[in-house]
Amino acid sequence: MRDPATGLAIEASGLVKTFGSTRALDGIDLAVPAGTVYGLLGPNGAGKTTAVRVLATLLRPNGGQARVFGHDVVRDADAVRGKVSLTGQYASVDEDLTGMENLTLLGRLLGHRKPAARDRAAQLLAAFGLTEAADRQVKKYSGGMRRRVDIAASILNTPELLFLDEPTSGLDPRSRSQVWEIVRSVVAHGTTVLLTTQYLDEADRLAGRIAVVDHGRVIAEGTPGELKSSVGTGTVHVRLRDAGQRPEAGRVLAAALGAPVQAEADPVALTGRVAGDDGRLQAGERAARALSELAAAGIVVDDFSLGQPSLDEVFLVLTDRPAEPAGDEMEAA
Amino acid sequence: MSTATATPTGTTASYVPSAETLGAVMAPGARPPRPSPVAASLAFGWRAMLKIKHVPEQLFDVTAFPIIMTLMFTYLFGGALAGSTSEYLQYLLPGIMVTSVVMITMYTGVGLNTDIEKGVFDRFRTLPLWRPAALVGMILGDMLRYVLAGSVILTVGLVLGFRPGGGVGGVVAGLGLLIVFSFAFSWVWTMFGLLLRSERSVMGVSMLVLFPLTFLSNVFVQPATMPGWLQTFVEVNPIAQLVTAVRSLMAGTPDAGAITWVLVASAVFATLFGVLTMYRYNRV
Repeated sequence: MRDPATGLAIEASGLVKTFGSTRALDGIDLAVPAGTVYGLLGPNGAGKTTAVRVLATLLRPNGGQARVFGHDVVRDADAVRGKVSLTGQYASVDEDLTGMENLTLLGRLLGHRKPAARDRAAQLLAAFGLTEAADRQVKKYSGGMRRRVDIAASILNTPELLFLDEPTSGLDPRSRSQVWEIVRSVVAHGTTVLLTTQYLDEADRLAGRIAVVDHGRVIAEGTPGELKSSVGTGTVHVRLRDAGQRPEAGRVLAAALGAPVQAEADPVALTGRVAGDDGRLQAGERAARALSELAAAGIVVDDFSLGQPSLDEVFLVLTDRPAEPAGDEMEAA
Repeated sequence: MSTATATPTGTTASYVPSAETLGAVMAPGARPPRPSPVAASLAFGWRAMLKIKHVPEQLFDVTAFPIIMTLMFTYLFGGALAGSTSEYLQYLLPGIMVTSVVMITMYTGVGLNTDIEKGVFDRFRTLPLWRPAALVGMILGDMLRYVLAGSVILTVGLVLGFRPGGGVGGVVAGLGLLIVFSFAFSWVWTMFGLLLRSERSVMGVSMLVLFPLTFLSNVFVQPATMPGWLQTFVEVNPIAQLVTAVRSLMAGTPDAGAITWVLVASAVFATLFGVLTMYRYNRV
């Protein structure tokens, strides 16, 4: 289940992939421990999908090298294919076929005879709550069901490494949490999962380690906790009753927290980073003092919270710009 | 068949993933050995059958189109070219059958292009399989369409008065040769299907190739009245050779030269464009 030499499921160094003049991957290094969920986090166009496609043997890199369980993704692509599965960003199942037919087809392609393939398909559909929809065409499925049949197709061969490319994009909250549960079950069974996402909370909830990707490069790597603590001790979020009081509230907060305060897009919201411990006051004490000073100034506060910095803030600190989609850049070919 | 999205009912709202059931399906049973190239190709062929079952409208172009072609050209040219429509039909039918079936081969490229656009090939390409299986299976499915189109034209022809001298054996042999050539020729379109960006451009290129190949031939008229340079083109045009061979088989007077030519051309098309297609397929 792992490269005996390193214990790594994926080992990539200096991966480069260009499309014309676009450097989609600009020297990516990755070390993904076997048996874990590893998150590739970044905005649209950062190169996440390209990285997954190279590692899944769909694209040949222009430079660098990558090994999956010790097998080179270019020279030994067939051995890699025997160990991995991919759930792409767009449906990697045939929408004209029913759920049952899709999974039966895949079973046959993996070497099962038709009756065995059908049994395996029925078993998977049941486990993914799709028995009732088994004989409906996939194009008539809801977004969440489509995602589930796609993941079911990916674990049909119990892969050792599962690539999930933005598995929850466009899903409603309930379907998202269903996918999260599925990912947790899959990894609990021993499969390594490489997950790309632009949802920062998703990486935070699922991944043991995260690589933050931007412009085809890994700009930070570590556990979610490490990434957060590299940014600061905490953040205060405040929501006011009255937007008109915001300028005054900002001044009071900034003074109390000992750090600049940011006005959010929401006209009643403010966010302030709490200054680090300076020997006199803990972050919590500063926050508590800030809240009482707001009250003393006659400012009505509807919501007040002190939290660890979000990965959005991590991204902001790492790149000096918010984690917004890059827009015109190419994500994949 | 309605393409409107039916409101999903039932299972979505109530589904709660259970670690236990998911763990059970993840438990590795004995992994079967990899399928043989033939088994994998046949599985993809089964996929093509299923697609026809779910989207039967796609058979329109292998049924209605050939019927229209046959009727149109028989009655348009029959009187002028051969004195009577039934006389002309004896000459035209094998040719119009070749034209229609060869025209239909272009949908192989269009279909592949659409499939790749949709992403399902990403999954196929990450499976440890004999690489050409997905494409071979697809073309196997298309061969059913070729047989269907050929049979439709033959039926229409027989109703209109086509009386082949070769009898059942000759007709089956002629149709068989046509299917063999079409299988080989389909690899031209798989290459374009992988090379070009959109379904529309695949269509465009296909028409650009197919129109001259089918019309600048001996399908509609004897090449004897054509200018010399055109006669030279017709002589090397594989479609013209195919028409000569099919015509001779159906008439019961097999033309060994033309048949050999067609078989060699088929081998060349399948090998050359098969290799080019697979080169491209591995690097999409």
